Amino acid sequence: MSSIKVKIKQQDLNKIREICQAHGNEPGELINVLQQTQEHFGYLPAEIQEAVANELGLPVAKVYGVVTFYSFFTMIPQGRYPISICTGTACYVRGADNVLQEFKRQLGIAVGETSEDGKFSLNCLRCVGACGLAPVVLVGDKTYGRVSPDGVKDIIAEYQDKE
Amino acid sequence: MENVKVTIDNQTVEVPKGTTIYKAAKQIGIDIPVLCYMELEDIGIENKPGGCRVCSVEVEGRHNLAPACATEVFDGMAVKTHTMRVINARRTIVEFLLSDHPKDCLTCKKSGNCELQDLAIKLGIREIPGQEYAEMSTYKTDYSPSIVRELDKCIMCRRCESMCNDFQTVGALNAINRGFDAAVAPAFEMDLQYSPCTYCGQCVAVCPTGALTEVDHSRDLIDAISDPNTTVVAQTAPAVRAALGEEFGMEPGTLVTGKMVSALRELGFDYVFDTDFAADLTIMEEGHELLDRLNRHLQGDSDVKLPMLTSCCPAWVRFIEHHFPDMKDIPSSARSPQQMFGSIAKTYFADQIETPREKMVVVSVMPCLAKKYESQREEFAEDGNPDVDFSVTTRELAHLIKEANLDLKNLSDDDFDRPMGESTGAGVIFGTTGGVIEAATRTAYELQTGQQLNDQIVFEQLRGFEGIRKANVDFNGTPINIGIAHGLGNARKLLEQIKRGESDFHAIEIMACPGGCIGGGGQPLHHNDTKILKARQQAIYQEDQNKPIRKSHENPQIQKLYKDFLGEPLGQKAHELLHTKYFDLSRKIEIS
Ligand code: SF4
Ligand code: SF4
Ligand code: SF4
Ligand code: FES
Ligand code: FES
Repeated sequence: MSSIKVKIKQQDLNKIREICQAHGNEPGELINVLQQTQEHFGYLPAEIQEAVANELGLPVAKVYGVVTFYSFFTMIPQGRYPISICTGTACYVRGADNVLQEFKRQLGIAVGETSEDGKFSLNCLRCVGACGLAPVVLVGDKTYGRVSPDGVKDIIAEYQDKE
Repeated sequence: MENVKVTIDNQTVEVPKGTTIYKAAKQIGIDIPVLCYMELEDIGIENKPGGCRVCSVEVEGRHNLAPACATEVFDGMAVKTHTMRVINARRTIVEFLLSDHPKDCLTCKKSGNCELQDLAIKLGIREIPGQEYAEMSTYKTDYSPSIVRELDKCIMCRRCESMCNDFQTVGALNAINRGFDAAVAPAFEMDLQYSPCTYCGQCVAVCPTGALTEVDHSRDLIDAISDPNTTVVAQTAPAVRAALGEEFGMEPGTLVTGKMVSALRELGFDYVFDTDFAADLTIMEEGHELLDRLNRHLQGDSDVKLPMLTSCCPAWVRFIEHHFPDMKDIPSSARSPQQMFGSIAKTYFADQIETPREKMVVVSVMPCLAKKYESQREEFAEDGNPDVDFSVTTRELAHLIKEANLDLKNLSDDDFDRPMGESTGAGVIFGTTGGVIEAATRTAYELQTGQQLNDQIVFEQLRGFEGIRKANVDFNGTPINIGIAHGLGNARKLLEQIKRGESDFHAIEIMACPGGCIGGGGQPLHHNDTKILKARQQAIYQEDQNKPIRKSHENPQIQKLYKDFLGEPLGQKAHELLHTKYFDLSRKIEIS
């Protein structure tokens, strides 16, 4: 019998410590700490959660509970071109769901997943404040308006040949 | 405090402001059904997620129904607990719960003892509307050495989480995901055995459904008894006799020692022995170890580790191994009574009856789930043959007795076999919080002072139900400070004191379960009535009082064991067979 070892890179651990310290190592700050940690790493893999738990003195089950409860946390690395589909009311009414289904079909991934080549990931968003352009799709920082299922192919093609 | 008047089902009651409808109703004898809600009085645990709504009641002037467990009363409030609207709502809620619940009640381990099943019966549920279309959540069943998790049966009451996080401060379980996928699970949904779970079984003890149950060894037991070539030896823990009767409709606190012995004989055990014998043996070793550490300390040896912590609760041992690995050298090195019994049975006793250890099956009957895990720890085996082959709970024994159609109430009162069935009152009180340290004190006092305790055999200052207790025992001029904690959250507080160097205890007893082993995870379910635990505690003290010998070192069979076989307490043979060491099982963050 022996202890369970969790491996993490020194620089990653330093970053986590820095974030936790900025929040006074307060267990009550867990959500904010996770938010910043995700901002830095792009996602929250197991070893990062273990390290956060260790720094804040919380059971790792608790950290995992919070990560799985809130939809804005993810344990899967985002694609290099993260695709977000607005499913806010205006976009929804104007057919966002059909657009979403088309992205799923063409990329062969579900919401919250990343394509095998690591290029694309798929997520849904609440109203992004561009209702006039509904349905709205974001790829990274770029906004696409009035997207129809037929237009999905072109959006994907735009990034397909990029690295 | 300000009082308010409320009328419930036309009865008026005055309660302090802030009281919930549920509790106000309880005061006047009105029972409102609950499911997710749980209150364990005396140990300060309340689980109040207000999620299931089974406790819905009608409040005059409020248009929707109110959850009685989570709604505070106000002055002039009028509540109705059983209008047709309430009854219909309750039924719909339970129907809804059942639509996503496996319907295998006939073969479910919890059948007959399940709060969800009770509700379905009470509400006369005959069909589950929409069942054809209902999507069922599916989880894989998780088997650990002690506990089975079947999350398909989880109703998300989160009682287990309250026990694991608030009472035990272990943090193995937490609510995960949301909506339909919600469940209570270890981090990353890994199996319980890779989590810091201590196997205390307190989550199992409060789970209202069959989602959390013990690993069942009854079939292994039947196989062993059926095999004519094996000698099957039973050992029964002290707390079992104070609770087994409840499974047969007897009052909580009824002692059934003799009837339990008869039942085990009727079931076909070759020898029926008592773990209390091994508890006396534990005291010989642990008591001498305490005196050894104490005397070295009094002589100014600064290397000696004090306080000494007891080590007979395997859940507590696993807790320190996981959470305080840097303190793993302060518990006594004495094995638990279960394991001492196993190693003596398969050496000393096996020699006496000229049976090789491979042909002997040692079965322990325990109030405990952690003992299942403990019996499987690698260090407690010789050439792969475990000292204790397996451990069954009080509940499993009750099932076997029922299966054999034995009427426990009317069985004769038999006595344990010899030599390993001889025990003292000191061995019996191991079953309750404070008992181990009281037993150790009886022996240590006499050995240290050379004086007989005679009439002062009972140390009242060590008894009670408080989570943390402190007492001072005068060893003829030398004051000995003793601490007692039950519940790992309470243990944690004492450990942190020790860590900070603020502790002046010489010895501390720690038990993981509420009330000690009488409240173990393998006992008949208390269904949140902690008065039952107190009744069991009284029964244990009663049994102590009934015993002609009440000090471990006066047990004649223990004296004989040392004379013929072991030699001296803490001697070499004792060390080999009766002591152990602890491991660092904590999670460690390492740089890759
Ligand atoms: S057995 Fe005890 S430690 Fe393990 S999950 Fe249940 S309550 Fe937590
Ligand atoms: S496992 Fe049992 S106690 Fe825990 S949330 Fe599910 S039903 Fe409740
Ligand atoms: S207190 Fe007793 S029943 Fe509970 S885990 Fe410890 S040994 Fe087992
Ligand atoms: S709803 Fe999509 S931008 Fe407002
Ligand atoms: S018992 Fe009141 S909400 Fe569940």
